[in-house]
Amino acid sequence: MSGSSGDYWKANIRLVSILLVIWFVVSYLFGIILVDVLNQIQIGGVKLGFWFAQQGSIFTFLILIFVYAKKMNELDRKFNVHED
Amino acid sequence: MDLQTLTYLFVGGTFLLYIGIAIWARASTTGEFYVAGKGVHPVANGMATAADWMSAASFISMAGLIAFKGYDASVYLMGWTGGYVLLAMLLAPYLRKFGKFTVPEFIGERYYSQTARIVAVICLIVASITYVIGQMKGVGVAFGRFLEVDFEVGVLVGMSIVFIYAVLGGMKGITYTQIAQYCVLIFAYTIPAIFISLTLTGNPVPQLGLGSELADGSAYMLDKLDSVMTDLGFKAYTVQKGTSFNMVLLTLSLMIGTAGLPHVIIRFFTVPKVRDARASAGWALVFIAILYTTAPAVGSMARLNMINTVNGVDSQGTAYTALPSWFKRWENTGLLAWYDHNGDGKVQHAAGSAFDGGKPKFVSNEDGSPKRGGHDERVVSNPSEGKRAEGAPFANEIYVDRDIMVLANPEIADLPFWVIALVAAGGLAAALSTAAGLLLAISSAISHDLLKGIFKPDISEKHELMAGRIAMAGAIVVAGYLGMNPPGFAAQVVALAFGLAASSIFPALMMGIFYKKMNNTGAVAGMLAGLGTTLIYIFVYKGWFFIPGTNNLPNDAANWVMGIQPESFGAVGALINFIVAIVVSKVTAAPPEHIQHLVEDIRVPRGAGAASGH
Repeated sequence: MSGSSGDYWKANIRLVSILLVIWFVVSYLFGIILVDVLNQIQIGGVKLGFWFAQQGSIFTFLILIFVYAKKMNELDRKFNVHED
Repeated sequence: MDLQTLTYLFVGGTFLLYIGIAIWARASTTGEFYVAGKGVHPVANGMATAADWMSAASFISMAGLIAFKGYDASVYLMGWTGGYVLLAMLLAPYLRKFGKFTVPEFIGERYYSQTARIVAVICLIVASITYVIGQMKGVGVAFGRFLEVDFEVGVLVGMSIVFIYAVLGGMKGITYTQIAQYCVLIFAYTIPAIFISLTLTGNPVPQLGLGSELADGSAYMLDKLDSVMTDLGFKAYTVQKGTSFNMVLLTLSLMIGTAGLPHVIIRFFTVPKVRDARASAGWALVFIAILYTTAPAVGSMARLNMINTVNGVDSQGTAYTALPSWFKRWENTGLLAWYDHNGDGKVQHAAGSAFDGGKPKFVSNEDGSPKRGGHDERVVSNPSEGKRAEGAPFANEIYVDRDIMVLANPEIADLPFWVIALVAAGGLAAALSTAAGLLLAISSAISHDLLKGIFKPDISEKHELMAGRIAMAGAIVVAGYLGMNPPGFAAQVVALAFGLAASSIFPALMMGIFYKKMNNTGAVAGMLAGLGTTLIYIFVYKGWFFIPGTNNLPNDAANWVMGIQPESFGAVGALINFIVAIVVSKVTAAPPEHIQHLVEDIRVPRGAGAASGH
């Protein structure tokens, strides 16, 4: 792979890596590993760690996928590899 | 109108709708049969994927699982949604660009190896068949409970409906039926949830109700649930009971398994473009999240409602004869049972098991009718000693099947009959939509990968389409038979299906895209190593081929390697797959030039054309 398509792939890997770090943090870190720490904070009637495990991580996953789709479409155009 | 008539009306109405769609969306080419002609709008595909994914278990069992496990059930919520992030970013767009019909086809071509393709076909068929048994059972159970027809008749009716739209319409028929089924199941799920949240907390949005104060302003709903449960000797609802290590591993296994399940992946072959595949994964998760973020509210509120109803305002129990009618109705189905341990005629619920071995064994009269006791309750033969659990105010006297949390929810919350009828139609929609998706994955693996790909490459399209329909019909019959005569291991299969998908299919697909130098020997060695270790680990603790008594070690934490439960092993199997594949590929010949070009080609969106079978 050479030139711009190599750069396209690198940009893609960078984007996915950042998004997967967030994916890991909200679910595994906030939802499980640090749950007791975050549960010290209560927002409304829900402890924060519990909220991340049962609601927050799912909402974040949604945002991550749509951000990915949008950013990838931009990358496709920038590197001129988009469809049609 | 009575409940029975209404339920027949709702279920019959939805079935007519599915058949109507089948006739409208007939498939006339293999492209339409396998991938709906690649013309499905990304939002529509998202909706179909949501129905495809959310099974009888998601609809009926998950809220109950949450109600009984509390915080620890978060692994299912995160595991079964987080997989879509992996699917969207690591697999779906690239497999769509590849532009073929099946998952084994990608593995076979990318690794220029018929062996790899056959291993993939075997994993796909085992994972999908085990999964489909549960759906067929779900159909039979839903018919039995709501329409009071025999289990076998229920399965037969379900089979016939799937037969009509899946054999006629293939992926095209299945796609449009799944969209209709999604609408039915999501209404059926959210309407009772809205009512319950409104009654309990005054907030009509269940996701917000979860964090709201109770309607009487006395406390936050979850705080109240925590304190009620600790008073009864249970651990607090929002507190962790298992180990973080197993929770992390199980969540990861479910996520990787979700991303590797073929019946989900092939849904992304049906959209017109690569960028549609990316967006479509997002839409799928939107539609899934509507149910998955409602479930924690349903679970916690149903638990609180149930405890309050059973233990009464003074928390000392309610006289059996004074309980609402739903208690007796579900006792008749065997999902509830009561034994009056302290002989006060009142029903009490607390920590501990009311029956030996956990589940009640009901006693029948000679004519087969249920035997009744002094309060007209069903008699059971295996009451426990009735000891008070530590921290509990009294001995637990009831058994509650967790499926009740969704099935009986409308009755517990005193909702109108039409809501109950809707729940019946929703449960059937969830089971049928998932069954159809699985059956398509199985039949396309048989007609496209085995028949056309391996045994008879020169088969004409017309004949392949016919073979696809026959394979579909055969798969339906096998699934129906296994649904009626479920092998003893039916309850264990979820671990197996996710373990197979996580340890064999996902790593092979991911490395095929992200690691250009991965070769055929490495990929096959990795798949076999991941698959082998996962199967062995599950069999050692759960019995070889799930035959009771053939396990080598007792299935408990003391005997697990590093404390890893068999259900969580898929992630470890995946890791073994990655390592073995990379090491083996390093010491064997690099893949040929044209394969490396193929990988470069699937990495860029431009040039994704219509589907081709060649």
